[in-house]
Amino acid sequence: MTTDTHPEHSEHSAHEVHPHGGHDDQHHWSDLQYIKLALALAVITALEVALSYTKDDFGALFMPLLLIMMAIKFFAVVFYFMHLKFDNRLFGLLFYTGLFLAIGVYCAALLTFHFFAP
Amino acid sequence: MADAVIHAADALTGGDAPDHVVHHTTTGLSNNKLAMWLFLGSECLLFGGLISTYMLYRGRHSENLGPDQIWDIPFTSVSSFILLMSSLTMVLAVTAARRRDDRNTKVWLCVTALLGACFVAGQVYEFTTFYREGLGFTTSLFSSSFYTLTGFHGVHVSVGIVILLSVVGMIARGRTPSDKSELVEIVGLYWHFVDIVWILIFTLVYLIPA
Repeated sequence: MTTDTHPEHSEHSAHEVHPHGGHDDQHHWSDLQYIKLALALAVITALEVALSYTKDDFGALFMPLLLIMMAIKFFAVVFYFMHLKFDNRLFGLLFYTGLFLAIGVYCAALLTFHFFAP
Repeated sequence: MADAVIHAADALTGGDAPDHVVHHTTTGLSNNKLAMWLFLGSECLLFGGLISTYMLYRGRHSENLGPDQIWDIPFTSVSSFILLMSSLTMVLAVTAARRRDDRNTKVWLCVTALLGACFVAGQVYEFTTFYREGLGFTTSLFSSSFYTLTGFHGVHVSVGIVILLSVVGMIARGRTPSDKSELVEIVGLYWHFVDIVWILIFTLVYLIPA
């Protein structure tokens, strides 16, 4: 992409032109908040492992519970550690396009091979 | 023409959002960061294909060398915990870089690389153990798809470690670009991506029974 030399843009002061490209300092978490989130993710991981050892007790709920916990961990890292929740929408668009295409490929491949057939 | 591009980009990127800030590019965003997100989007497709292949072939194994017989869940759980904590140390490096605190940035980057190295070491140990139990790369379709998926991930972690140490070297020698925090943040995006891929692999490959 070309560099814009438009005079209006060159007049932005340092605090207006954020070096990280599209997010605001007020959304940045403190170190303590990140530590709390990491601990919560560690607890969820422990719950996942515990669940895998007691799968017979949960029956049909086992798989959905495991997938929900996986999704929580996944999106917690994407939203907060990768800062996508507070970042520019275009970054999210690029990432989610790849993600949903990947899920589409996954579903198409499994359906093609009758993976979900009883 | 340039104005039209800027307006189109504003419409796409949410120009009215309060956190929208203009960069000196046609999109108003950092091109480096944009490129990294595009790369990560394409990486989703790579790992999506590998995970799909594994899910298809995970049942194609001999009776005594399947997932239920060889997985060591406690060991892999510790590896997962280590990689998860490396994401924490990475984000602490990013916040330190934002504060222009070079010393802590280097410390947290080194800790992240060390945790990543522990994870890779664990993976090498796991692969060695499986191989000694008779599970080679060509033993079955299950083993081929498993080694390919986790091996690709391990290579990504290894590349990440090299990048982290390179950034530490650049900061130590004062050879970073003017915007040091953006460099650390972009490396952080790659590292977190490696972590989220493992979150998927850990659940789909190790915890869900074959």
